[in-house]
Amino acid sequence: MSTTADILETAETTVCQPPSRWQVIADRTFRTACHTFAWVTVIGIVFIVARIILAGVPAMREYGPGFLTGTTWDPNKDAYGILPEIWGTLYSSILSLIIGTAFGVAAAIFLSEGYLGEFVFGALRVFNLHFHPFWTHLPQRLEDLLRNLIELLAAIPSVVYGLWGIFVVVPAIRPVCNWLHLKMGWFALFSTDLSGPGMLPAVLVLSIMILPTITAISRDALTSVPPKLRMAAYGLGATRWETIFAVILPTASRGVFGGVVLAFGRALGETMALAMLVGNSNRISVSLFSPANTLAALLANTFPEARPNEVAVLMYAALVLLAITLIVNILGAVILQQTSKSQQGAH
Amino acid sequence: MSTLDQQLPNSADDMNPFAEVDFFDLEKSLRRPRTLMSVLLSGLVTVMTLLALGPLFSVVWMLFWRGGRKLSIAVFTQLPPSALEAGGGFGNAIAGTLIMIVIATLITVPVGVLSAVFLAKAKPEDKLAQAVRFAAKVLTGFPSILAGVFAYGAIVLLTGGFSAIAGSVAVSILMLPTILLTAEDAIRMVPVKMVEAAIGMGATETQTAWMVLLPTALPGILTGVMLAIARGAGETAPLLFTSLFSNYWPATNGHLNLMQPTASLAVLIYNFAGMPFENQVELAWAAALVLVLLVLITNLAGQALSSRQVR
Repeated sequence: MSTTADILETAETTVCQPPSRWQVIADRTFRTACHTFAWVTVIGIVFIVARIILAGVPAMREYGPGFLTGTTWDPNKDAYGILPEIWGTLYSSILSLIIGTAFGVAAAIFLSEGYLGEFVFGALRVFNLHFHPFWTHLPQRLEDLLRNLIELLAAIPSVVYGLWGIFVVVPAIRPVCNWLHLKMGWFALFSTDLSGPGMLPAVLVLSIMILPTITAISRDALTSVPPKLRMAAYGLGATRWETIFAVILPTASRGVFGGVVLAFGRALGETMALAMLVGNSNRISVSLFSPANTLAALLANTFPEARPNEVAVLMYAALVLLAITLIVNILGAVILQQTSKSQQGAH
Repeated sequence: MSTLDQQLPNSADDMNPFAEVDFFDLEKSLRRPRTLMSVLLSGLVTVMTLLALGPLFSVVWMLFWRGGRKLSIAVFTQLPPSALEAGGGFGNAIAGTLIMIVIATLITVPVGVLSAVFLAKAKPEDKLAQAVRFAAKVLTGFPSILAGVFAYGAIVLLTGGFSAIAGSVAVSILMLPTILLTAEDAIRMVPVKMVEAAIGMGATETQTAWMVLLPTALPGILTGVMLAIARGAGETAPLLFTSLFSNYWPATNGHLNLMQPTASLAVLIYNFAGMPFENQVELAWAAALVLVLLVLITNLAGQALSSRQVR
């Protein structure tokens, strides 16, 4: 007859023991380390933002708000103004957002509706292969492949897009643009000719770069619409697109909008493709073919050879860019957060 | 009662409840505007998706066509050519990119992973955890050029010169959010049962973290690291005025020197793309091909790892 006490007595005492002193110390150290690094992350980011703000303050005092409305950038005369850059940043971002949203949301609908899978399934059925063990996974595989391909668009470094823009996009669109200028030069958007780099190639490349962001987030929002709603719409006799326009897009609209705002933030801060394609010329023009400049491109092109006084001014420009992007990004994050909350209620 | 009677079919068709239904009306026909619209819009969306993929194929085709021609052993071992010189390569740029990525990873991984462990274990209402998460989200949308501006102010001005270290710090700022947020997700996905089993056996929190949490979450964490490396390797803007560029190897007297201007693939592409010399442009395309392959392979390796994760 063995009792609990006997078992405890016979058990090896080395198995059951309180943590050794070394283990206690290691535990404390590790926990403190985790805590410290969490603080390091927060303080680091506060430090980064504060460093940029502080660096911009001297120039801010010297040039004041006139810096934001000035239109010349001439280090020799010590005259600095970034209105053309602010205009260029907003204009290029908004234009590319329009193109990027149209194509990005279209791709998101294409992916979330499973068009490719349906098409492949239909094609397989023609050959009566749709339940064949080898072919049956093909529609799903191709859907995944397509999704990954669109995500690959985001993986290509922006400097490579810039290179591609210079040698592919600009030569490809130049004849069309110049023809448009010749025939429809009275129209404000076509009022100059495209001599090389300019707003339109920059906008086209930029919209390709923000498309994956919009597609990924919109697709998530579209697929998380409860299937019940879709079934109910079909049950009432709606066609597929009546369902999409009346039920699915309105339900997912906040998620899509959050994605668009985040993409806007990305477009505002995008540097390389713009620095290579936008033309770096200080002018305010609504023409799509005119060279322009953006805040990020100004920093990229001027900083490496800037004199100390100019660096201080560039820090001010960086501060303006920081303010614009922070506002847009925080707005996007808040919208997405609220979306996920309201989606939880819908299920 | 009377209205109901009127609605019912009168005499002969009593047995057929569908008598008054116009079956043609229910048919799906392309002659109807509604259906036609639906089909047309489906076609439009298909075309737009294909158009959106066009640039990807164009970029890949151009990279292999223009960059692939130039690719040879010499390109990986030689230094960049001067203005009208023929040949040359970008061995120093590859070395510089790898060095800066390694340093940036060494900076980011401890901070990111340990913060992620903290985040995953913190209670939802923990103020510090909320602050870390918010900070990481702010960094996700942080313009890359501003990371360069920061590193310029904080390191280049402090140490008195452009250096690989400054470049690494700038890149590490951009890598941090990816590593942190992916690692947190990976750690959260570790089944609670395993953690409870470890605690039940008397493991301390540290032992649980090192022997259960981190090994189980390792594929997910590595995915995040790979994705961050892929992003960091392609970043150009933060390197423009932190590590600058150099036509020479990142070494002085045969020893690795991290405190001098250092070449990188991304900056080389940027510099050479704007040059009027054919040889330089060809080298830019070859460097772009190498960079994209580097980024894509890292990316795919990361995705392959994530499919191995325990769910």
